[in-house]
Amino acid sequence: MADVLVFDKVSIDYRGKAGVQRILNDVSFSIPAGGSMGLVGESGCGKSTVALAAMRYLPRGMTVAEGRISVEGRDTAGLSDAELRRVRGNRVAMIYQDPMSSLNPVMTVGEQLMEVPLLHGVTDRAVAFQRAVAMLGEVRLPDAEAMMARYPHQLSGGQQQRVVIAMALMAEPALLIMDEPTTGLDVTIEAAILELVRELRSKFGAAILFISHNLGTVARICDRIGVLYAGRLVETGDIRSVFHRPAHPYTHGLLSALPRIDARGKGARLHPIEGTLAAADRARPGCAFSPRCPHMAPAECVERSVPMVPASPAADHLARCARLEAVRKASQAAWRARPPAEAEVDAPILLDVRHLTKNYELGGRFGGRAKRVVRALSDANFQARAGQTLAIVGESGCGKSTLAKTISGLIPASAGEARLGDADLAQLPVDKRPRDLRRRIQMVFQNPDSTLNPSHSVEFALARPLKVLRGMGSGEAKREVARLMEQVQLPPDLLRRMPHQLSGGQRQRVAIARALAGEPDLVVADEPVSALDVSVQAAILNLLSDLLERSHVGLIVISHDLALVRHMADWVAVMYLGRIVEYGPADAVFRPPYHPYTEALLAAAPKPDPDAGAPTVVLGGAMPSSTQAIVGCPFASRCPRKIGAICDTETPPVRRFGVHSIACHIDLPPPAAGIRSQADAAAPPP
Amino acid sequence: MTEATRDIPAAAAYVEVARARPRIKLGALARVWNLLSYSPIATVGAAIILFWCVCAIFAPWVAPYPPNKIDSALLAYPYPTSQHWLGVDHLGRDIASRLIWGARTVLIVAPIAVLTAAALGTFLGLLSGYRGGAADAVIMRVGDTLLAFPKIILYLIIIAKFGASAFNIVAVIGVTNAPIIARIVRAVTLDVKNRDYVAAARMRGESPLYIMLVEILPNARGPLIVDLFLRLGYTTIAIGVLGFLGVGLPPPDPDWGGMIKETYGMLFVWPHMTIIPSIAISSLVIGCNFLATGLRESSVDG
Amino acid sequence: MLRYTAKQLANMAITLFAVSFLVFALNELSPGDVARKLLGAYATQSQVDILYKEMGLDRPLIVRYLEYMGNALAGDFGQSLVFRRPVSELLFDRLGNTMILAAISFAVIVPLSMLLGVLAGMRERSLFDRAISVFSSICASIPEFAMGVFLLAIFVVWLGMLPGVSPLRADSGWAVWMQFVLPVLVVTFYDAGYLISMIRSSMVEVMRSAYIRTATLKGMSFRGVVAKHALRNALITPFTVILLQLNYLVSGLVVVETLFAYPGFGRLMLEAALSKDIAVIEAGTLVAVSVTMLTQLFGDLGYMLLDPRIRV
Ligand code: SF4
Ligand code: SF4
Repeated sequence: MADVLVFDKVSIDYRGKAGVQRILNDVSFSIPAGGSMGLVGESGCGKSTVALAAMRYLPRGMTVAEGRISVEGRDTAGLSDAELRRVRGNRVAMIYQDPMSSLNPVMTVGEQLMEVPLLHGVTDRAVAFQRAVAMLGEVRLPDAEAMMARYPHQLSGGQQQRVVIAMALMAEPALLIMDEPTTGLDVTIEAAILELVRELRSKFGAAILFISHNLGTVARICDRIGVLYAGRLVETGDIRSVFHRPAHPYTHGLLSALPRIDARGKGARLHPIEGTLAAADRARPGCAFSPRCPHMAPAECVERSVPMVPASPAADHLARCARLEAVRKASQAAWRARPPAEAEVDAPILLDVRHLTKNYELGGRFGGRAKRVVRALSDANFQARAGQTLAIVGESGCGKSTLAKTISGLIPASAGEARLGDADLAQLPVDKRPRDLRRRIQMVFQNPDSTLNPSHSVEFALARPLKVLRGMGSGEAKREVARLMEQVQLPPDLLRRMPHQLSGGQRQRVAIARALAGEPDLVVADEPVSALDVSVQAAILNLLSDLLERSHVGLIVISHDLALVRHMADWVAVMYLGRIVEYGPADAVFRPPYHPYTEALLAAAPKPDPDAGAPTVVLGGAMPSSTQAIVGCPFASRCPRKIGAICDTETPPVRRFGVHSIACHIDLPPPAAGIRSQADAAAPPP
Repeated sequence: MTEATRDIPAAAAYVEVARARPRIKLGALARVWNLLSYSPIATVGAAIILFWCVCAIFAPWVAPYPPNKIDSALLAYPYPTSQHWLGVDHLGRDIASRLIWGARTVLIVAPIAVLTAAALGTFLGLLSGYRGGAADAVIMRVGDTLLAFPKIILYLIIIAKFGASAFNIVAVIGVTNAPIIARIVRAVTLDVKNRDYVAAARMRGESPLYIMLVEILPNARGPLIVDLFLRLGYTTIAIGVLGFLGVGLPPPDPDWGGMIKETYGMLFVWPHMTIIPSIAISSLVIGCNFLATGLRESSVDG
Repeated sequence: MLRYTAKQLANMAITLFAVSFLVFALNELSPGDVARKLLGAYATQSQVDILYKEMGLDRPLIVRYLEYMGNALAGDFGQSLVFRRPVSELLFDRLGNTMILAAISFAVIVPLSMLLGVLAGMRERSLFDRAISVFSSICASIPEFAMGVFLLAIFVVWLGMLPGVSPLRADSGWAVWMQFVLPVLVVTFYDAGYLISMIRSSMVEVMRSAYIRTATLKGMSFRGVVAKHALRNALITPFTVILLQLNYLVSGLVVVETLFAYPGFGRLMLEAALSKDIAVIEAGTLVAVSVTMLTQLFGDLGYMLLDPRIRV
């Protein structure tokens, strides 16, 4: 009985209104006791179905059409209801994405934890209680006894996920299934959770099936990996073989589409995978990836079914591709990298932001409670330059979106100034801005689902800004719309479509076209690709950099993803709790000396490299609420390098290394290799 | 009447629906066909409503007799016969004809009342949701106060005060239903106004009116249509109730509620005179509710 | 919670004043009517005028309103013009009767709807669910007077099992408890139809949620999941609505009471409205609005108890 979970040629069908659809097709893999397997793939590839199938908890309409799924040697199809209940929670436990909604909102954490032992043989509530408390300690939750009496909504996202993990481990299962367990959590929290999983895994010896769209997280946890595409496993193998010698063109594509934090500088071009996954691909008799594959040859790939074949000398490294040899040769030749471009610090300043501050007031008016002030943004200073990209990084709640909205005029600033030419944007909410100023600054939003009005066609969405901002007539606007579509590489027949008929990537392209319609000088992009799949992300990022380079538009990109920032930014501002803690040219920020927070972020960012090892710094706790007045350093409560009481009591000084500035009490050494001397000349006045 | 109390959670549910999944936009006809073929319950509802609409529109041609023609000779045998399929009432008037003409009354008064409520409610809901602040507080406060009145008592007071006429009924129902629709529209507005596309509209300097009407309102379409059909059903009941209580549309024009009231005393002698109009009115309400249910389900399931 | 209650009570008082003033003003638009009505159609205009003065009806509206409210707060709602009795007495009687009907109906409706709604919503799209959905939708669609007619035709005209009127007098030939059966049935069908579909959709939504999956995958049985995890969550949203039914049951029974000649509050209001008995209308409205607002308050408080997320 070596294997905890075995999928043996499993196919799963969904019977719906549109007929029968094959969701999973001939999926085989196994996880040995104590082993860990990662499943990666983009949205819609069927990876969550694998998880649910392992628990025999398929949604209505889905059935296992072929193959066998066995848990600890027993075919799950043959289990009676009672046996199944004994397996669930006891032998196999699951951890989900979005911990908030997977916890019952009206039951205390304690009750929900105690249920597990009580369902699986423990009869004494006191014993169950003790176990639950002990387990909360194991997942490093402070003050476990008090935690037992809390309700889920009283915990932070990271704490909730720890509770879910504790719940899963309560019965000491043989297999843990984790379905995107860290998606939606901040990077530093994610890193801490992943560390916890690694640690608990060696302690409890449970096997892990780890499902994720993020290659970096998989690399950190798993020793084997499977890549799913359109319901088929296209490559499996030891994690190192797959990451270092990806055989299947899709795996290859995924890896090279990913911006890397360890890149040597800005500008290396990403390699997106062309096209998108279509529903019809699932039913293809040949290779499902063939419509998007650059190496496709009809005779081998389309006309007959493609089996899994050994992909490298490494044992168990298999790929579902008929032309492995050809692919290998081609991809070796394909690597090309642009020389990293260095930041031109002397490009003209477009937007000059000084002491920008935004406070919200909560309650007070009707609530009867004391007024609380949220300090969303305090004393921000930076410049955006024509033709360059400024990235603002930080975790959720750090104030980066507030910053974007203040500059765009969607919310008024409380103090400070933001000069764009002669105008002070801070004093001009958008409805007070003259037309020309509105035209000059536009935004690209994060969520492709809400960036376009579902009631209006693409054509309407693009023509409207042309008419409003550039005063075009209908005929002229129509011609210009066609040109915009071409610019963002969308076929003209999409003009008539409604937003929900477009893919996420297409919607985001339309949103970019809309932002460019007014021929702006400055575009603010708030997490423009964070909701998109990796392969689509790359294409959008390439598009953005091309467009900007060509038109000399300045870009401010708001992001939590350091790899992305590394890939596209000339300048970086790191924010924490409403303050900019580090600011400078990208090359300087990504190189020591670091602000301790930047250092932690860099360490926490998941890297698609199985040899990256554990992060050197893992932050505890969560960002404090921004309603408290900050004395001293905003990062003091979590800072691993805190030097003493001074951090709590005195505002850290801003240390300057030319144009690079860091707000910290630590007396940092100057950078090892200097930045160009011109940089120093362009330093902002203190 | 519980309509007033029936709407709070419903409105919340609709917003969910609106957010959930926009349906595929086809031609209007194709969409209707899509819905009907998908939802049997909507089909039944639509068929019933269509039946009464046909009756109402073609009343002069379909009705076998003039609705107010009295023939007391028929009272010797008032039950359904081959001449009078549904029998005659206590004055010897043909019940079928009166039902057909009565459908006309209901199907004119009820939709006008509902549309009045919709227009008023949509306007107030958009305003209060988008503007927020004092406008919101005042509109919602007044709406809540109006909803705190037991609706039937409010109807009685007003109709008793100003008299029973089609206009008064439309006005009363319009005003009392408006706060409910306003809440639905407000909920959608509150949700939609924070969407990125509204921010994009603001960034190009669109006027608040444009944003409310062009960017926000179309997205309330789904929940509004569902609610309008529900409200049509309730309004049919309300008009019936007023007729039954004797404060409905003035006689002799046939009005379903009034028909029941007039013959109610004869229930023990000639039950069909009361039962048949009761069935008629129930069927129309069932039609509206079925259609609304079907519409809602189809928007939930995509 | 205390602060919240206090705030709501204050709000309620303000609304009550607004409502009472509105009704007062509405009814006073043609104050001459009152005196005319008291004296009958044959009184001369001068007699009417004298009485009009005597009753102080020529004073400004606001003065009379304040006077009225002063008396009302002391428990004196004036005289009924039609019944020639103090309004408070009259209201007390009729409200009592209505409360009995309301209490019985509530006791039937709530458990019934909870049971059917939960059972239907527990297994979405099962045969039982579909049957209950259609049934409840039909029930909620049949107006009370139509339902009354159907039930009367079956149980009274055809089967002769039950009384057709419910004057609540023992001398009417039927035991008093039997006189309650039909009114309660009519109310139940109409109201439960709505409640069932409410509770069902709440249950359906809960059963789709991720924490139900969590509970199932812990190895809990379906019954355990429903009883321990789904039930309480599924009743949170309908709770307020359930309480609001009380409000319908107190002031919305006009039709049922008329149908069965039941001497209740609703019929009193109908008679008062038809005969423009202002004192009764005014007092009755105040009662009805207070009931609504009280149930709303209790609804909100209960909601807070049920849902830890919104405790203040
Ligand atoms: S089988 Fe052909 S189409 Fe498929 S991945 Fe391999 S080369 Fe590409
Ligand atoms: S000032 Fe102190 S607490 Fe703040 S980052 Fe520097 S060392 Fe850490």
